[in-house]
Parts: sequence; C-alpha cells; structure tokens
Amino acid sequence: MWGGQVQFLHQLSCRADFVKRWGARPAVRTALLASALLVAGGCQREPAPRPTAATPEQRTAAPEPRTANGVREAAWTKEEDGQWAMAAKNWANTRYSRLDQINTGNVNQLRQVWSFNTGIAAGHEAAPLVVGDTMYVVTPYPNVLYALDVRDGGLRWSYRPRPVRAAQGVACCDVVNRGAAYADGRIFFNTLDNHTVAVDAKSGKEVWKTKLGDINLGESMTMAPLVAGNRVLVGNSGGEFGVRGWITALEAGSGKIAWRAYHTGPDKDALIGADFRPFYAGDRGEDLGVKTWPPGQWKIGGGTVWGWISYDPELDMVYYGTGNPGPWNPELREGDNKWTCGLFARRLSDGAAIWFVQFVPHDEHDYDGVNESILVDMPWRGEERKVLLHPERTGFMYVIDRTNGEILSAEPFAHTNWATGVDLQTSRPIKNEEKATGLGKVVRNVCPAAPGAKDWQPSAFSPRTGLLYIPHNNLCMDFEGLEANYIAGTPYVGAEVKMMPGPSGHRGEFTAWDPAAAKAVWKIEERFPAWSGALATAGDVVFYGTMDRWFKAVNAVTGQNLWQHRLGSGIVSQPSTFRGPDGKQYLAVMSGVGGWAGAIVSGQLSAEDGTGALGFVNAMKDLPEHTAAGGAVHVFALP
Amino acid sequence: MFLRCRSGFLAAGIGVLTVLAASCERRETSERRMPAPGRLDTPAGLESGLQPGAAIVFPEIRNPYEGDASGISEGRRLYQWYNCSGCHFNGGGGIGPPFLDADWIYGREPANIFNSIVRGRPNGMPAYGRRIPEQQVWQIAAYVASLDPRQPDRAPPGAREPLVQEEGGDREGTGPRGGQQR
Ligand code: HEC
Repeated sequence: MWGGQVQFLHQLSCRADFVKRWGARPAVRTALLASALLVAGGCQREPAPRPTAATPEQRTAAPEPRTANGVREAAWTKEEDGQWAMAAKNWANTRYSRLDQINTGNVNQLRQVWSFNTGIAAGHEAAPLVVGDTMYVVTPYPNVLYALDVRDGGLRWSYRPRPVRAAQGVACCDVVNRGAAYADGRIFFNTLDNHTVAVDAKSGKEVWKTKLGDINLGESMTMAPLVAGNRVLVGNSGGEFGVRGWITALEAGSGKIAWRAYHTGPDKDALIGADFRPFYAGDRGEDLGVKTWPPGQWKIGGGTVWGWISYDPELDMVYYGTGNPGPWNPELREGDNKWTCGLFARRLSDGAAIWFVQFVPHDEHDYDGVNESILVDMPWRGEERKVLLHPERTGFMYVIDRTNGEILSAEPFAHTNWATGVDLQTSRPIKNEEKATGLGKVVRNVCPAAPGAKDWQPSAFSPRTGLLYIPHNNLCMDFEGLEANYIAGTPYVGAEVKMMPGPSGHRGEFTAWDPAAAKAVWKIEERFPAWSGALATAGDVVFYGTMDRWFKAVNAVTGQNLWQHRLGSGIVSQPSTFRGPDGKQYLAVMSGVGGWAGAIVSGQLSAEDGTGALGFVNAMKDLPEHTAAGGAVHVFALP
Repeated sequence: MFLRCRSGFLAAGIGVLTVLAASCERRETSERRMPAPGRLDTPAGLESGLQPGAAIVFPEIRNPYEGDASGISEGRRLYQWYNCSGCHFNGGGGIGPPFLDADWIYGREPANIFNSIVRGRPNGMPAYGRRIPEQQVWQIAAYVASLDPRQPDRAPPGAREPLVQEEGGDREGTGPRGGQQR
C-alpha cells in the first residue's frame, strides 16, 4: 500500500484534540484515522470570511482566524477573487485559495466535468491559470498557449511561439514549462528557446516577444514568470550546461529589458551596490562572484534561476533562489562559488541586491537553491517577524527574516546525511565530510540525491492550519566525480550518478510542516517522488497529484485521504482552483508524466542504464509499469 | 565555410574525400580508408525504408572499426570527452534517446550513426561535424553501435565500473530496484 498511510509526527493543539488523545503510535493508526474523520468534521468548519466587494484585486483580505501556531498570511494578502492568475496563486506563493465550497465533507463527490488533450508526450508541469471565464494553459515544448472556455473546455484560441527544435537538446531534465502569468489583459510566459512572450489574453495575438538567451551557450527557459508592478521577472535554466545564471526584469508594457543581474562575476554584473547588506559576514566583500572561483571559472559557473520568485509589495523586495554551480564535480571550482545555491532579495524597480544568504557554499551534490519562498508573518521568540519559508533542496526547512536575511531556523524536513545541521551564526551547513564528492571518488548513499529532498515541486500554505504542505522526495544517490570538458551547448556536469529510494523504500513524501515548531505534523508516503505542486483551500482540503496517476485530496488537519481519482497519465503539474461563472468552485490540474523524475517515460529511456537522466533512471525503473506519457488538463466540480 | 565544405563532401565520391577533408582542415591520420556515408546513393544514407518506384540495391557501408576492440575502447573514451555521455549517458539516454533499445529514430546502420553525429539531428542532437575528426567519429560510432543489445559481441552498458555495481555502502533503502528489464 502506498500513499494510504498517514504518519502523525507531533501534536496539533487546536482543532485536533484527537491527536493528543491518540498520539502517534502506529498501533492505533486505524483508530486514529477513523476518528480523524469525526474530529475533522467537528473542528474545521469555521467558514472563511467571504469577499464582499467587486474590485477584489485592490483590496486586502480580512485575516483568517489566528491559528494555534500564529503563522499567517502576510498582512497585504489580497482579497480572494476566485481566479488563479499566476502559477503560485499570489506573490506570497501560498497556493492557498479562500474558496471553500469544496470541503472535507463533500470532496469525495468530485467529478471530472471536462478535459482537454495537448497531444504532447513531455512532462506537463504548468498550473492551469483562470482569469474571468477563460483558462490558460501552456504546454511543454513546443510551448503552445491554449485559451479554453472554463464552462465546457471549448477552445477559444491557441498561440504557437514555435521555439527552435534544437532547443530540446539543452533542456537538462525534459522539455518542461512551469507555467504562465496573467496581468493587465496579457499572458506572459517563457519558451524553451529563451524568449519571453506577452500575448493578448482576449485575442491570443502576440504583443511582444523578447529574446533573452542563447541555446548555443546551453541556455533554455522553463520557469514561470512573476509579474509585479510593471516588471516581468524571468530567469534562465542550464546549470548542467555551464551557463552563467541570471534573472531579468522586462518592462511589462514593451518587453524591453529593464535590468538583469548575473549570479557569478563582478558586483556590477550582480547589481550589488551600496544597498547590499547581507546578514552574514561570509557574504560581504568586493566581487565575491569572481573571488570565490578559480580564475575565469565563474564565466561558466551556473547560478541559474529556474524556480520560483516571490514579491513583498510592502518591503518592495523580490525573493528568488539561485541554481547549482557547474560543473557538478566540485574539485573543478575551489571556493564558495558565489552567488550560486543561495537566496537573493532585490528591489523590484532596478534589481539592486538588498541581501543574500547562501544555503550551500561550494555545492557538491547539485543542491540548487531555487525552491519557492512562501512569505508569511509569524511570532518568533515572542516577537512578530515577517519571514519567508524556504523548503530547501538540501533537506532543511529555512525560516528567514525577509526584511534582512537572518536565518531563524533550519531544521530537516526529510532524511539528510550530507550535513548534520546549519550553523545559524554563519549560515553555513555543517557538512558531513564522508559525503564530500570529488574527482574519481565514488561516494555512496548521499541523502538527499541530486534532485534534493525537494525539487521544483512547490508547496502550499494554509492560514487556517498554519501549516505548510510540502510535496517532496525520499531519494539517495551514489555519486562519482569525473573530468568535465566544457564545449558550449553540451552538458558540463563531470559526474556520474545513480539514485535509489531513501530509508524505508518509498520515493516520495507529502509532509505537513509546522513552521513555528519546526516540526512535521504528518507525512504521507508515496511510491514515487511527489513531483506535483500542492494546493491548499479554505475547505481544509489539500490537493496534489502522484506520478502513478492519482489526483488526491487530503484533510489539511489530519492528512487523511478524502478522495482520489485516476488520471490518464502521471501528475507532475500544479493544481489550481477557481470560481466559475456559475458561482461554483472548480479544480483544475494537468496530467502528463515527465520532468526529470519522469524522463524514463516521457523520453522512453532504457531502464538498463541506471545512470540515465543524470542517474534518476536508476530510481524510476518501474515507472513505465504505472503510467504512459501524454498531457491533458482536467477540470473537476461537485455534482 | 564549414557548410560549404560539408556540402562539397556530400556531393563527392570516395575518391575525392581525403582531398576535401584536408581542405576542411580535418587531418586523416589513419591508414584506413574512410567510407563516405553521407552519399545519398547509398542505402545507409537513407532515412526511410520506403523507396518510390523500384527499390535500388546499394553496396553496404561498414564501420572501419566494427569489431575492433581498441577502436571501440577509444570510441568509448571519446564518447565521454565530447560529452555524448551528458545527453545519452551510458546508452540509456536522457536528453537524447537511448541506444540500448531496438528503437532507433534515424537508423542503427553505421552510416546512420555517423550522420547523426556529423550532421546532427533536428530535435537537439548537436552537429559535431566541425568538432570531431572523421576517424574519431567512426570510433565513437563503433562504440555506440556496440551498445545495441542485438550485437553478438556487445559491450556492457555501463561504460565505467564503479557505479555499475548495485549494492554497497550503508544504504538503508530497500525499495523496488531492478524493475523492468528488457
Ligand atoms: C546536447 C545533448 C546531446 C549531445 C551532447 C549529444 N547528443 Fe546525440 N542526440 C541528442 C538528441 C536530443 C537526439 C535526438 C534528436 C532527434 O530526435 O532529432 C540525439 C540523437 C542521437 C543519435 C540518433 C539516435 C537514433 O535513435 O537514431 C545518435 C546516434 C547520437 N545522438 C549520438 C551521439 C553521439 C555519439 C554524441 C557525442 C559525439 C552525441 N550524440 C551527443 C542529444 C545529444
């Protein structure tokens, strides 16, 4: 049995008395699950405040009732508008909707109301956007943008950017796209061949298209843009190709480049100037993006931006993480390799760096820092703090003061053995030297594996429970450092990897995490890496999908499985929810297995070579027994 | 300039190959005569088995390093050096397709593999023609062909030893391993 078991890991105070009474002993699991239903029914039904006014975008939402742990949405959170206008739902990246028609009591009646096939075999990682009565989905390469009538799935128009075919050669981990963003009547998204496009949301006509990178340098683009003010923020992929990573802000109106910051090289290229005040001493000094590398190596050093971006409109700060340094073999790049594997805060208007914190100086395991940062407010040691929650690839959950970059806590949320903890005085991980990698050295059983305890798959935060819901991996790896020969446009990795399941053999986990207690509350084990995003709703239901094709709804308080529905292919995308023109709440999700974890199916790779797909094949040999490839968007509603 | 060299090469017969190759600064160091797989009037140069009208039978093109252990092992080394391994790994595939199954997109004949490397393929296979001397291309092609499971004297899929062993270390995991075999 997979995915059916919930492990309670500590006690929730308010709504779940039963947890206190029953504890977390496996022997009482059955009783616990049975009672979960009753208690959940009894304690989670305080309705969320309903939106009242007609111009929701402008208004700030009344806060949800305070949770036991005091963790809540940022004060500037906008009122629920029933839409899903950006991949992460909002600038805070909560992936939380205040819609509550679908709740723990009725979610088991969900039915599919329509679907739409994309005809594409690659991994579908995007979130379906809904604005007004139109749904927008962007496919993996060739990055077709479809506009569908939310009522019945009718096709309104499609827009084809026609990326060059050769771009498929520089997509390290399947030709995915993580979605689009809507603002002011336009849809913005990136193409695999390094263009950002703006498309008129009504007509489907291209408004502008800006070229930002070069496939012959190994660059590609896969991330979902974040639009804030008049800036469209985008970044490049290609950390396995020796690219130089950057984030770029385009003017939303014209598509002109407003600013670009590189994550290696001199301070002026990194937009590091007078306003830069990193919290930790190790990040202070002149031109660290040059000095923390062997001569010239920074030019092909990585630090890409292919994950999530958040924005705090009050502090006017943009937050995003930087990717791994290249090549993977660390011996070829002595030093801290700034500004890779860390988190930047920048000013929106001109990109000026405000602070930076490095999760992994001198990365040795491909631990990119690009995961989402969820902006919340919470009490910390008796003081109210504006923080960001950052579930790191390294396996540590960071709570960081987002005003200044101070790490408040960093506790493991998954099995890790590469480091024993994080030194909060210096921000540096306390590395386990036994897991240090190098040339010609075979290091066995490094946990987490290269895709991390958690890869791109974004978590969701519910202000009703105060918990973060994290889809993630349970994978370890054997790693051997090799020579790396830089040939522009070809992989620059210098390592051979084989991944395998982590402790107890399951490969995925779905964890509910209490950021205040820095502890997991419950965990669901999944057969395969939980490679889809999470969605939390005011109905106290949390949704996610699995690679073995289940779209699942679980109780936000207890983790109990409330409903699951089998789709046509594995799910590696981001679910979303919206209010239809008929006033009813709907759910949307894409199926279509692939991505790095699913490459064995989407790329029809051979199970005979465990090193395939950077070693992921070794851990996924049985995936073809559970799913075939092929993308579609599915919409669900109550009868 | 490169392109002109290539198309000249394509149109030419075996006789003028060496001359043209030299003019493209591709030094032929071996005594072996390198066949001209790019010629369109050879069956291996075709990518379709369907020929309109009567099918014409052409002479077969062989890889000069076929079955040559030292050439294949040099090919294996070059396969790493030119980063083929970064996209195809030890034949199981990743960004590029696998060589371990029976499904070849552009054909498994020596000339097909040669052409895949030299001319590139549209969906992301780089055109290495300018980068790799022809002799080395044949060595790499011989190694690639040797991975095909239908080869009687096939090379084992794992190119280099250490990571190939399944067990070892203090691994706690006990989950499904091995899975589907072909
Ligand atoms: C940047 C990634 C990349 C690199 C580097 C690369 N390949 Fe490929 N290769 C591909 C892709 C992608 C395809 C499939 C192209 C297509 O379908 O059009 C391919 C196709 C092929 C094919 C055809 C396979 C078939 O099924 O017909 C062969 C043979 C091949 N590559 C050999 C090599 C060799 C040898 C090297 C090194 C000299 C190499 N490749 C380097 C990405 C790469």
